[in-house]
Amino acid sequence: MPNSASASPLLTVSNLAKHFPIRTGVFRRVTGQVKAVDGVSFTVNAGETLALVGESGCGKTTTGRALLRLIEPTGGSVEFDGVNVLSLKGEALRRLRRRMQIVFQDPYGSLNPRMTIGAAIREGLIVHKLAEGAAANTRVRSLLEEVGLRPEYATRYPHEFSGGQRQRVGIARALAVEPRFIVCDEPVSALDVSVQAQVVNLLQDLQRDRGLAYLFIAHDLAVVAHMADRVAVMYLGRIVEMAPRASLFAMPLMPYTQALLSAVPVPDPRIKRQRLLLAGEPPSPANPPSGCVFHPRCPHPAKDAACSVIVPPLEEKEPGHFVACIKQTPTRVDWDVQRAAGGSIPPERYLPRAQ
Amino acid sequence: MTSEPLLSVNSLRVYFNTPEGIARAVDGVSFTVAAGETVGLVGESGCGKSVTALSLLRLVPPPGRIESGSSIRFNGKDLALLPTEELRQLRGNRLAMIFQEPMTALNPVLTVGDQVAEVVRVHTKASRSEAWARAVKMLAQVGIPDPSERAKQYPHELSGGMRQRVMIAMALILEPQLVIADEPTTALDVTIQAQILELLRDMRDRTGLALLLITHDLGVVAEMASRVIVMYAGEVVEEAPVHALFENPSHPYTEGLLAAIPRLGEEAARLKTIRGTVPPPTAWPSGCRFHDRCPYAFDRCANEAPMLLQVASGHRARCHLIEEPERRVRGVEATASVLS
Repeated sequence: MPNSASASPLLTVSNLAKHFPIRTGVFRRVTGQVKAVDGVSFTVNAGETLALVGESGCGKTTTGRALLRLIEPTGGSVEFDGVNVLSLKGEALRRLRRRMQIVFQDPYGSLNPRMTIGAAIREGLIVHKLAEGAAANTRVRSLLEEVGLRPEYATRYPHEFSGGQRQRVGIARALAVEPRFIVCDEPVSALDVSVQAQVVNLLQDLQRDRGLAYLFIAHDLAVVAHMADRVAVMYLGRIVEMAPRASLFAMPLMPYTQALLSAVPVPDPRIKRQRLLLAGEPPSPANPPSGCVFHPRCPHPAKDAACSVIVPPLEEKEPGHFVACIKQTPTRVDWDVQRAAGGSIPPERYLPRAQ
Repeated sequence: MTSEPLLSVNSLRVYFNTPEGIARAVDGVSFTVAAGETVGLVGESGCGKSVTALSLLRLVPPPGRIESGSSIRFNGKDLALLPTEELRQLRGNRLAMIFQEPMTALNPVLTVGDQVAEVVRVHTKASRSEAWARAVKMLAQVGIPDPSERAKQYPHELSGGMRQRVMIAMALILEPQLVIADEPTTALDVTIQAQILELLRDMRDRTGLALLLITHDLGVVAEMASRVIVMYAGEVVEEAPVHALFENPSHPYTEGLLAAIPRLGEEAARLKTIRGTVPPPTAWPSGCRFHDRCPYAFDRCANEAPMLLQVASGHRARCHLIEEPERRVRGVEATASVLS
């Protein structure tokens, strides 16, 4: 477990934005924007795991791809190991890609069906001129073993493997170029429980053995609880809560996080959860609500008109624990400011009883 | 109870002819569902649970076929032998199904209102307008806001959660006695899943329907089911009341499955795994089909297929350890890297 206070962060993301234009009409004029990622900031230290959680459409996958420039961001900055990622071009960008890798969600779509898995893993070594010929093949075999696959499988094609095995191939491919940081984009969502357990353990072992940092994108909170050092919760393109793992799960402060945690089914029939059922559905990122994007569905007892006007800043409400909510105490958004925006109920600390 | 259960499946076998040989996807499965009961059918990919569900309504696509000797008794009639016309009268009416992927299960060129109304028109003598009115009412009951407007929309205009509600409306509108739900919430976000499960519980309480819930999510099972059936490699390996299954899992596969689930609130310990992978249905292992992955396997296991043996009242497991409990000693520990 790294001492995150010692060195400067490996990765610093500031105000990252990705807006997609909406074009309508015969002339395809831009009539609006889908704000898929709308001002996201976080850091990841060497050797640690930051989990990015949220439901579909919250922007977590877009964030992961944007910081790697698989999708070009429309705003903000990304600094990796002292390098300004967004300003790089050509060869310099390619060299950076060695150090920042990705494992994709879909084990069926992310491997070229016409390449043997050995060739898929070897490709990175060739492109980055790390090894060739017999030396490359030896590297490939040792990587396969490291991810728990038999080395002789190098000559087989993806369709000959199960989902879990393909995911391991994807991990071997990412590891081949010896990255320091890997974006794991829902790496276990498509896998059965027992296979998921194998892959999660593998990711943890590799992190420990190689000192890897992960941005672990997931919607499954139970898996996150096992993998993450810190957790950031996203909703409609913004981070609404960010905290060390233990703190987030023990005391979620953002009403959305509270609802999310209470919605996770518990594999224990004795526990009859009092569900915090969120009403309605997440709104469209093309037309986000004003003020706090969560306000239409928010169950906080102090919710009032101010919530639809003021965009809540991400504030530190407990040590290391950041929350975007003007109603959850403490808050630096003064009561006067809230009242001026139409507020009628003062902020209070709300923690639902049944967890 | 002296009367026959609502659904009684006996020795169901569903085989597929493939170039690699016969795939015995469902290989001798028997279970019952009583009126008003919620039974969870759990297992991972490749265990045969979805094929089991589809076979109940004879929806298994060719080259799959239900083998002779299989019996699926519903309300005293054998569905496997029923003439197609009679089966069609039952489907949607007394017996309904909710599918996993609402986008592929709904007809993209019909409005959702038409699709719900169609169920009514096929099975009753209701007129177009009567059926539409009932459809709108049903959409309201499943929690779709602005139902009269939404009814005129097409599936692609609705979110995943909404589409699933439409499927539930279609399944429940004629108040069937048995609903088969095949992974109804797997494709949905967790907060929407919570809403859908709540909806299913409400409808169950209101109409007294029996629910066969097929899922790989043991959390959903713990919440919804009163009895659980665990499948592996085309067979039932354990069945028990829900509390008994979680507190006293008797089959090593069930034990492994429960241990592999990451749980909120537990320290970040290493997840326990089941070594190896699921075998293909064209080549089930000899003897006990789980023996090559089982931490307790002993000599008998590779040669002799176990029967379903009684553990306690209503609790059975397909394992030799039931007869020889002193053998429940871990052999090779599955902690090292799992070479598969």
